[in-house]
This record gives sequence, structure tokens and C-alpha cells, in this order.
Amino acid sequence: MLKQEVVVENKLGFHARPASLFAQTASKFKSEIFIEKNGNKVNGKSILGLMTLGIPQGAKINLLVEGEDEEQALKELLKLFAEKFGEE
Amino acid sequence: MYEGIAASPGIAIAKAFLFKKEDLVIEKEEIAAVEIEREKEKFHQALIQTRGQLENIKRKTEADVGVEEAAIFGAHLMILDDPMLIGEVENKISEDKLTAASALNQVITNFIQLFSNMEDAYMKERAVDIKDVGERILNNILGLKGNTLANINEKVIIIAHNLTPSDTAQIDKEYVLGFVTEVGGRTSHTAIMARTLEIPAVVGLGKDISSIKSEELIIIDGDKGVVITQPDQGTIQKYQERLEKFKSYKMELKELLDSPAKTIDGHQVELAANIGTPRDISSVLENGAEGIGLYRTEFLYMDRNEFPSEEEQFEAYKTVAERMNGKPVIIRTLDIGGDKNLPYLQLPEEMNPFLGWRAIRFCLERKDTFKAQLRAILRASAYGKVKIMYPMISNVSEVRQANTILQEVRDELERENISYDKAIETGIMVEIPSAALTADIIAKEVDFFSIGTNDLCQYTIAVDRMNEKVSYLYQPFHPAVLSLIMKVIQSAHKEGKLVGMCGEMAGDPLAAIILLGLGLDEFSMSASSIPHIKRIIRSISLEHAQSIARQAIQLSTAEEIEDLMKKTLEQLGG
Repeated sequence: MLKQEVVVENKLGFHARPASLFAQTASKFKSEIFIEKNGNKVNGKSILGLMTLGIPQGAKINLLVEGEDEEQALKELLKLFAEKFGEE
Repeated sequence: MYEGIAASPGIAIAKAFLFKKEDLVIEKEEIAAVEIEREKEKFHQALIQTRGQLENIKRKTEADVGVEEAAIFGAHLMILDDPMLIGEVENKISEDKLTAASALNQVITNFIQLFSNMEDAYMKERAVDIKDVGERILNNILGLKGNTLANINEKVIIIAHNLTPSDTAQIDKEYVLGFVTEVGGRTSHTAIMARTLEIPAVVGLGKDISSIKSEELIIIDGDKGVVITQPDQGTIQKYQERLEKFKSYKMELKELLDSPAKTIDGHQVELAANIGTPRDISSVLENGAEGIGLYRTEFLYMDRNEFPSEEEQFEAYKTVAERMNGKPVIIRTLDIGGDKNLPYLQLPEEMNPFLGWRAIRFCLERKDTFKAQLRAILRASAYGKVKIMYPMISNVSEVRQANTILQEVRDELERENISYDKAIETGIMVEIPSAALTADIIAKEVDFFSIGTNDLCQYTIAVDRMNEKVSYLYQPFHPAVLSLIMKVIQSAHKEGKLVGMCGEMAGDPLAAIILLGLGLDEFSMSASSIPHIKRIIRSISLEHAQSIARQAIQLSTAEEIEDLMKKTLEQLGG
């Protein structure tokens, strides 16, 4: 299992659009993907789950990825954060 | 009378249809262990069925309304596929031994509560989507049709707490004449859909909505955001008249929008619009203009402390060229001086500013300013069909000088490898009698003419129309003005060049038939005048217009000519 801490830099936090982009990307992989914030863990392929976490700008979260394509999955998901999900 | 929020313009008069969504009452129902798999299967069947319905609605909305409006159903499909939602329902079936319906009901209710309690308005709105999808799945599990607007078969105004995307997707515009909702604002789904479907709507009426009785006749005014219950006969009649007017105006506009400005016998002219800034384009397109006949560039130079940069001008011209999407855009070079001064340009006081140092006369001397503008126009020409027009030309030498400078700029762009439209057309504004009288000479050196009637009148009749003492002399129908217009058109046509008109006369209904009869090729006016002029042109034959123009030209005074035109329009029913 891979675990990586990331900081959400999007102005509006992990809002509906980033959440849906994340869930869509996560769903492409076989691996199980979770996001963990303050001990709360939700399925990274669930847009409802991601939105209910209510992650603001500057929050630190953990990405947990486990499965046969975990390396590729983590790489692509981290890229989304690095590009701030295409937002300013 | 109740006041809400004006969400979509227009008037509707019809019976109220109270659309109440009874919340499905799902009893908590437990099952035996052997039934677990069967309930899970039921749930998954319902998901498949729901997916089919949503994909259908999405396709239908894409086709009938638009891709953007259909995107909401893409979001619904994502909720439908959500692993957390599916996982929790399955869990409740197998762990808590609940039926598929009560398991789903509990999960959805939890999510709705979670989202409704969020502070963010956008997230709150998502509770509506979850409810919408959840109810759809639930109805499929239970084999119910659900409460739907699809079966309405008489003209009504829908009164509801709120309308979801699934609700509005079922609406038949034939029968649904308006919406009134208890909640929502101008950006709520109901409001956006109402505007897209062009159905009048009042939203956010609040608790007052309960005063509206089922089946009673009501009036809604989507312009003011007002709902009128128990209207008296006079009120109904007043609104009926407004409705009829609005309807016939819209129908005619729509019909005219897509039809060409063609006479009964098939002679087609171009109806274009005059603009001052790129912001004017929306109204240009809404009124069905076939091009921009006059883009006044002065606004770019006003309200500032220095000349606009080439880049700034380029951006503006490019925006207009792109938004017109290949339709012609005639850009008039700087027409400053006279009554139009610039704060950063210390133009000397003149005895006769209208006869002084202005427009092309200024540009030919201030070559740097002129060149920056020409460069910006040429660069923008790579993005659409741009034409250049010089104002205030009084003789052919000025055209030659301007074209020489234009050639220098073209050479510069060539050297710098900057692309522009090499076939770009150049023309002049004919607004000085000396240019009109020598139109045959000038026609050989330009690609088109555009007659500026405001100045042409003023210079021909020697009258300042701002001077109240003499403004009565300002007469576009003066036989001298008409005779100059005729001369310009004939001279241009002899050289195979087209003639437009961008003065106020081009948008004057009384002048349309004479100008058509004289052979004008392009009429450029404020966008809102286009439908009216188009209707006149479509109501007459070219032959008839020509005979009217011949008659008009024989008359002695402007008054006689105007009388003739009024009578002609009356006969045409305009």
C-alpha cells in the first residue's frame, strides 16, 4: 500500500469540481483508493464521499492507494493536485 | 398579488397546476436472511433501469435544449454510480436486513441531510440532485411511475416547491406556460431552465405560494416577478393584450431572424449593424445582422489619457472579427476632431470644426497614430472577414495617400511574418458632397462605398442639425441628397463595386424603399432596427421599389417625398 500526504492548494478547497475530477480519475484504476482527513477515511472513487469531507484550502490529507496499479494511480492523482485540478 | 423573484421574462395566463411531490413513505421493513440476495438484485436492477432513463433524458436534453443544460444529468449518472452510495445500501440490506427500498431510503435521507446542512450554497443545491436521483431509483425499485409532469395535457402554470432537473426535462412547452416556485433564486435550476426554454417564471415566492388554489386562473409576470391571483376582468384583458403583443413580436422576430432580406421577386440586400464596442455584438447577433457595416473605433480612444496601444486595439478588433464568425466587419479608421475631441490630444480651437482638421485629414498627418491602428486592423483580419473604411474623404488623392500608408504597414507585416488577410478590402465613407460628385473617379480606387447620410446631409444643405434655429432644414429626403445618393450608387455599380449606407437614413423605414429602388446593396443601422427594415424589404418587389424611387426623385420637396413614402408603406401594410 502506498501512502502520501498532500496539501490542497485550490482556492475553494476540494470543491465539487476537483472532487468529481478526482473520483473520475480514481475510478479508472483497479486499486482501492482512499482519502483520509483527520482520521475520517472515504472512498476516493465516491464523489459523494469526497464532497462530504469538506476539505478547505490549505488542508493536509493522506492518499492511500492499494492494488496492482497503485504506482501509476498515485502518480496520476498527485498530478491532479500539482496542477490544482486545472484551476487558478 | 404576490411578489417573488423575476426569473424568466414574459407573461402567462392559465390555470394553476399544483405540483406536489408526495414524499414516498417507506416503512422500515425487515427481511429474512434468504431474501438478502433477492433484495440486492432488485436494487441493482433498479440502478440499471435508472441509468437507462438518465441516459435517455441526457440525450433528449442535449438534442432539444443544449449540451450545457444536459450536463446536470451527467452529474446524476455519477451519483448513481457512486461506490459509497452503492456500498452503504448493500450494507444495510445484508447487515441490517432491510428491503432494498428502505435501505436506499435511509442512505439517501442521510446524504440529503448532510448536504443540506453545508454552508456553501452550491453544496446545498447538490442535496436537490441527490434527492432527485434517489427518488428515481426508489420509484424503479417499487415499480412506480413517480410524480411526473409528463402527463399534463392542458395549458397550465406549474406551482411547485421547487423543480428538479428530472421534472423540467419532462416538460412539454405546448402545455406548460409558466413556473412559480416557493424557493430558489435567479441562478437556481428552475430559473435557468425557464430562461433556456423561454417560459416565463417567478421563483422564490415563499410561503405566499400556499395561497394559490389548484385550478384557479392566475397571471404571472416574469418581467416583474409578480403573481396575480383572482384577477378581475380588466386585469385579465390588460395582460392578455400585453401577452398578444409579446407573442406576435417574438414570432415575427424569430421568423425574420432566419429569413434573408429578399424582395418578393428575389433581389437580396445585406442588412448590417453599426457598433461602437465589442459589447454590442450580442444584440447584433440577436437581431440577425449579416455583418457589421460600421464599427466606430472612436470609443477605444475616448475616456483615457493616451492613445490606445496597437495591442489593445488588436484585441478589440479581433474579438469583433471572431464573434462575427466570417461575416463582414467594416472597421472605420479614427474619426476624431470636429465635435469629437480627445483630452490627451490638444486639438487647436477652430472657427469651423466640422470643416477643419479631423478624421482622415488628421490621420494622414499623424502617421504614427494611423499606422498603429492600421496594423491592429490588419492583424485582426486574420481572424475573420475584416474591411477597412476611411472617413471624411473629399478627393481621390486622400484615398491614394491612405492606401500608400496601408501598403507600408502591409510590407512591415510581411517582413515580420505576421499573418493578415491579403485580400482585405478597403473603402471610403461618402459623406462630403465633393466625394459623392466624383464617385466615378474614386470608385476606380476602392473596393466599396458606404454613404454616411448624417454628414452628407449637413454638408449638402449647409445646416447644423444641433442648432435649433435651423435644424428644420436638415432633411435626408431633400431632393439634392437623394440625387447625390443615386449618383454614388450608379457610379459604383458602373465599376462593379458595392454601395452601403451607414447613416441613420439606412434604418429609417420611410427611406428603405427608395434606397432599395435606387440599388443600395447594404443597409447598416442600429441592430434593433434590422427586423423592421427587413420586414419592409420582404414585402415589396424590386420592380415596385424602383418605380417608387423614380417617382420620388421627380418630386420637388422633402415633404412631398416623405408623403409618398408614408402612403406607400400604408399600402404595404407596414
